[in-house]
This record gives sequence, C-alpha cells and structure tokens, in this order.
Amino acid sequence: NLQESESENKLDGETASDSESKSEFGGSPAVPTSDDTPEVLNRALSNLSSRWKNWWVRGILTLAMITFFFIIIYLGPMVLMTIVMCVQIKCFHEIITIGYNVYHSYDLPWFRTLSWYFLLCVNYFFYGETVTDYFFTLVQREEPLRILSKYHRFISFALYLTGFCMFVLSLVKKHYRLQFYMFGWTHVTLLIVVTQSHLIIHNLFEGMIWFIVPISCVICNDIMAYMFGFFFGRTPLIKLSPKKTWEGFIGGFFATVLFGLLLSYVMSGYRCFTCPVEFNNDTNSFTVDCEPSELFQLQEYNIPLVLQSVVGWKTVRMYPFQIHSIALSTFASLIGPFGGFFASGFKRAFKIKDFANTIPGHGGIMDRFDCQYLMATFVNVYIASFIRGPNPSKLIQQFLTLRPDQQLHIFNTLKAHLVDKGLVGDLEDA
Amino acid sequence: EADLEERLVDLDLRSDSDIPDVPPLTDSTPEILKRALSGLSARWKNWWIRGILTLAMISVFFLIIYLGSFMLMLLVLSIQVKCYHEIITIGYRVYHSYDLPWFRSLSWYFLLCVNYFFYGETVADYFATFVQRREQLQFLIRYHRFISFALYLTGFCMFVLSLVKKHYRLQFYMFAWTHVTLLITVTQSHLVIQNLFEGMIWFLVPISSVICNDITAYIFGFFFGRTPLIKLSPKKTWEGFIGGFFSTVVFGFIFSYFLAQHQYFVCPVEYNSETNRFVTECEPSELFQMQKYSVPPLLQAVLGWETVNMYPFQMHSIALSTFASLIGPFGGFFASGFKRAFKIKDFADTIPGHGGIMDRFDCQYLMATFVHVYITSFIRGPNPSKLLKQLLILQPEQQLSVYKTLKSHLVEKGILQPSLRG
Repeated sequence: NLQESESENKLDGETASDSESKSEFGGSPAVPTSDDTPEVLNRALSNLSSRWKNWWVRGILTLAMITFFFIIIYLGPMVLMTIVMCVQIKCFHEIITIGYNVYHSYDLPWFRTLSWYFLLCVNYFFYGETVTDYFFTLVQREEPLRILSKYHRFISFALYLTGFCMFVLSLVKKHYRLQFYMFGWTHVTLLIVVTQSHLIIHNLFEGMIWFIVPISCVICNDIMAYMFGFFFGRTPLIKLSPKKTWEGFIGGFFATVLFGLLLSYVMSGYRCFTCPVEFNNDTNSFTVDCEPSELFQLQEYNIPLVLQSVVGWKTVRMYPFQIHSIALSTFASLIGPFGGFFASGFKRAFKIKDFANTIPGHGGIMDRFDCQYLMATFVNVYIASFIRGPNPSKLIQQFLTLRPDQQLHIFNTLKAHLVDKGLVGDLEDA
Repeated sequence: EADLEERLVDLDLRSDSDIPDVPPLTDSTPEILKRALSGLSARWKNWWIRGILTLAMISVFFLIIYLGSFMLMLLVLSIQVKCYHEIITIGYRVYHSYDLPWFRSLSWYFLLCVNYFFYGETVADYFATFVQRREQLQFLIRYHRFISFALYLTGFCMFVLSLVKKHYRLQFYMFAWTHVTLLITVTQSHLVIQNLFEGMIWFLVPISSVICNDITAYIFGFFFGRTPLIKLSPKKTWEGFIGGFFSTVVFGFIFSYFLAQHQYFVCPVEYNSETNRFVTECEPSELFQMQKYSVPPLLQAVLGWETVNMYPFQMHSIALSTFASLIGPFGGFFASGFKRAFKIKDFADTIPGHGGIMDRFDCQYLMATFVHVYITSFIRGPNPSKLLKQLLILQPEQQLSVYKTLKSHLVEKGILQPSLRG
C-alpha cells in the first residue's frame, strides 16, 4: 500500500554506495508512475479516502484476476498454453525494460532487436522439444515438420549463433561494457522466465491438476500470510520485506496446507483435471480422457493413533494425490516466499517500486508471478522424480531410431530382466 | 555521445577510470628461460617465450591423450574450474566486491551444484553397470534431479538471506555474473566430455582445428596481412582469416585421415566394470571405414585420380574445420570485447606469454557446443545405455507392453527370428 511503500523507501535511505546513484533517479524516475486505474473505478471510489480506495482497487483487481483464471481453465489446455506464453513475453518485456532504464541504453544499436530475437530463438527451441514429444504422430505426417523436428537442435543452435554473431558485430567502441551488461541481463532473464514457463507447460500436460494446485497454493499463501500478518502480525520475518511477519508466515503455512488438501480432494474427482493432456490426431484437438491413475483413486488410510482421538475416525478415505499436495503446499509456503524476497531485493537494488504498472494496485505481471517461478520448477522436478517414470511411447520412438545391433542388445537385456522378474517365461510365449 | 558518457559516469558501476588498474602482471616466466634468453632483445624474447610455451602446451596435450580418457576428463574438469575462477575473479575486481559476505563461498557452492548435476546425468548413463551394484548410488541416481535441485535451492535461499542493505545491487550483479559464467564454462565443459565419450577423435579434431586456425591465421596475417578484419581485434586481417580457413580445412582433412585408422581414437569410450577401467575397443562404425569416392570431374583434371579412398569422417571434418575457422573466431572477438569492456589485458597470467587459461580457450567453447549439436543431429541417434536405463525404471506392466511392441517390430524387420511355440 502507498503508505507502507513510502516508509520502505525511507528505510532504503541514504546508504553510502547507493547514494551516488541517487542523482540518476532524482531527475528521471525509473518507471513512469501513471495512474492506470480505469475511469469507472476512479469515479465509483472517489468518495473514499485514499487508503481505503487503494484497498478496494487491489481487492477488485484480485477478484478480477481470479475470475479470469477460472475462465481460462474452463476454456481448456490450448488457451492455457497461450496465456502462459503471453505472461512469459510480458515478464520478459518488463525485466528487459528495467534493464534499459537502469543502463540508459535506449540508444544502443540493435539491442532491442537482439533481445527479442534471443527470446524467439529460445522459445523456438523449447517449443520444438515439447511439441515434438506430444505431437509425435502429427509431426511425422507432415514432411516439412518432420525435417524441422529431426534437425531441431541444429536449427535452433544455428539461429542462436546468428544472434550471437550479430551481437559481436554490433559492439561499438564506447559502449562495450553497457552492451555486455545488456547481453548478460538478457540471458539471465531468458534463463529465469523462459525455461520456467516451459516447465509450467510440461506440468500442464501432465494433468491440469498439476498446474492448478501449485498456482492456487502460491496465491493462497500470499493472501493467507497477508491476512494472518494483518491480524496477528508482530515479529518481523526478514529485513528485505518489512511487511512480512513470522505469524503471517506460519499461519499462511498451515492455511495453505489445509487449502491444498481440500482443493485436491475436489479436483481429483474430475477427469478433466487429472488426465494427461493428449493430442488427438483424428479430431485435431486436445483431449483429456483416460483411466485415472492410482494417484486419483480413493483409498483407505489408517489415521495415526495420535490424530484418532482428535478426529474421531479410525480410517479416512483420501486420494493419494492429497499426500503429494501436502508436499506441494509446504514448498509453496516455506520456499516459495524466497522467490518473493529475491524479487524484493531486486527491486530495492535497482530502486524500483514495481516491475511495471500493468495491473492497477498490484504492479506488473512479474510482481504477481515472482513466487510462481520457483514453484513451477519444483513441481516439474517433483513429477519427474516421484510421479511419472519415462514415457513409454517416447522410449519406443527412440528405440526405433537405433541401429539393429543396438536394438537387439537392448531387447535381449530387457528380456533377461523380465525373465528375472518372472514376467516372461523362458520360452518365448509371452 | 557526450551525454551518454555523462550518464555512464552517474551509474554506480563507476566510470571506466575507476576500475583499478590491472596489477602489473607478475612475470611468471621461469628463471631458466630468463637466463637462457637474456641475450636477446625484448621483442624476440617475447616471441621465444610464446613459442616455447606453445610447444610445452602441445606436448602436455599429447601426453594426456596418451594417458587416456580418464585423465582427459580430469584435465577438462581442471580447466573448467580454472576458467570459472578467472572469470569470477574479474567480477570481484570490477565490482570491488571482495568484502561481500558469503559471496566467495556461494560462487564455489553453485559451481559444485551445477557440476554435481551434470556429472550425475552423464556419469550415470555410462557407468550403468557399476551403479547397479551399489545400493546408495542407485538411490542417488533415481532421485538425482530432485537432489540437485534441492542443493541449488539451498544456495539460492542462502543468497537471499545474505542480502545486505547497502550492497543489494552489487550482490545481484555478482549473482548474475556467477550464473552467466556457469552457463558458459560448466555446460560447455560437459559437452566437451560428452563429445569425448563419443570417441576421442570427436574431441581431438575440433580442438586441433581451432588451435591450427589460431596459428595459421596468425602466420598468414604476419606474412600477407593487409586489410583489417574487425575493429574489435585490430591485429586480425582478412588475409589471415581466409588463409587460416583453407589451411585448417586441409589440416583437419589430413589429421582425421590419420586418426581414423586407430581404434583407440575412433571407438566410443566405455567403462568395463570387470577391469574397472575405460576401454576403447569396438568394431569401427561405417564412418571410419574406407570407402571409394568418385572425384568430381573438376578435380579429376587437377589431381589426376578418378576415385579416391577416404573415410566418411573426413567429410564431417570439413564441416568441423569450416566452423572452427569461420565461426570460432567470433568466440575470440566476444572475449576481446569483454576484455576491452572491463579494461583488462588478459583474463589472468597463468601462462607466461599467453595470459590466462581462458585466453586460450575462448574459441574452444563455441566449438564444443557445435560439435555436440552436430553429433546429436547428424551422427548418432539416442544413447542406447540411457534408453536401457529408462526402460528398466518403467513399471512392470509398461515394460511388458514395451517388450511386446519391440518384439513384434524386430520380428517384422527380420532382426529377430519368430518365436517357436511350444
């Protein structure tokens, strides 16, 4: 809120190493602070005091964003993918713009073009890798796509190299350092923003529940920690974010775990959320239809004796997925905030209040998504490590490209393994 | 332009004049050499030192090749650590950040994490049989990504907790500097090792091509150099560039001819769990078997032959040498631009007369990535041992269905005889 952010700026204060950069921000603010709030809202809230007005604006926008979230979930995986891509581009744009502002590098030759070009290259590379896996049959059918996918890595590398060579050729004598800084800035931003948005898409393809539950847990933690902090907050948590308190942190943790359990319980009942997204070649559309895996089938669990007296039941019927949701919520509440602290530190380091002012009352898209990024990577690593094994159809595809002697060797090893396990008889009657 | 200069001064990045002068390069030339060359003038002395060190480096290179793959791996690892150290030290100097709390430890910690991740991915594939036998290793392999991610996250959280009020910006700069350096040095050193495992020839030919291009471009430039190539490196000339290109292609062609004859260079490196050593023994693939090629009519008149016996690999070596001569130098220009941007003469002064390790390896990095991408795109298919490893992790029912699919495929292709029932 306005008051708190003013005091935050005062806390930053006149520090020795920061003071020399004060002059650069005295004259020209890093981010133009125009009031983005729509006229409608402005008029409706004109009577309230400025503090409550800010509250209302934030509240209304929060509800608007959540409603929007539900709408696009309803619209399906394709729309979700498009939204993720738009969010990614906007975040990239916001961070690069900050870089331009910090380094006053609007006038650098080529740099805008090169940044967007690198974004395109990296996206091309990642989308190519994902699309090839999921749309295998579609790709094999169309000749140009098949060639593109076979030499995909080479083509992506060639595209990237072109950008690299253009960068080297664009180095101008007086501006070497600036240009290298922007190059580094672009690459770190790509690393953060683009790779993680693709991890989100991977999670999405695993099943919409793997996309919705983590994002909701982070949002819930944000809101709950704020509320607990508002009502009970007393002990500051970390110097970086003076508004955060231990009471908010712990209260948010328990509330989020509970929320995660309930949300997973509700979602696990529906196929459209739990089934992996697949591309149907005949209808040329995405389908979510399958036999739910055992993660999403109700099972009886014995309640540990300690809780039995409290809750009064001996057993409880739960989805195994709910146990996983505890892990996800825990991460969202305990480690997710570090993403937020990182972003706060970044904003203080470069003396900006918000990444941008796209969303009235909230700041830029990046402000809303700073905690999500760590979460997306965690979920992806979690799924790869604990949930799914390798994809059998993908393995078969790779097998078919091997040489015959390699194929035979693998086949025999697999057979020996299966015979060992007793799944296949010694005589080949399987 | 003057305006931009003013604004640059404002930044707390400090104007170029604030960067401390590079401390006078300590002369690390050994005493022996100094005495032997004391008679010559300063210019020739420098020449001799460079020449002797070049020969010394090439000899070390040959020695290590002779010692085998494992030593090569260790060498690549040491070079990677040294390059990382050199670049990070430059960052410290630029940002005067010697006093930042934690930062040295965090940089080395991140280096360790990323190396752990990459070695786990590569090593696990190649040492599958070794790993199968030991329980603890199996656990580490199965949850490798999760463990690496947890280790990295710990470092990330330590970084956030170490942010100190006065030094936010410095700390973020060093964080970014560390990550970009990791991206450049560590990922590419692992690509070098993967190329090595494909066969030593895939390691030797690219590196030698880059070195050859360096030397021949210099020689051509020295004798015929006239037109400057690029403002970044005033010493380079077009004559050197083009002359270097042709010599490197010829050199690569001839060098591959000799290497392709020996199994030691051509075979993929494998780990033999019985003898606990690396072995390079195999049936050479068709890339390394002599074939007759018809000489195009144009060249027939020149050379006088109608057909020629060549290894198919030599055609690939032309692609590799071309890349080494045409695109490799951009890695060198990038490093030159970097040195000018931060007003340093050399990355370090580890090697007398040559500078730091990074100075010698700046062109190699692009090359390593190119060779790796080239191999995966044009040469080999997926890695069989990795595929096998993944097959063995599948659920039993999935394994069974895969088994049936594979069996029907193999029978169809006639690779496997149809089963005898009963």
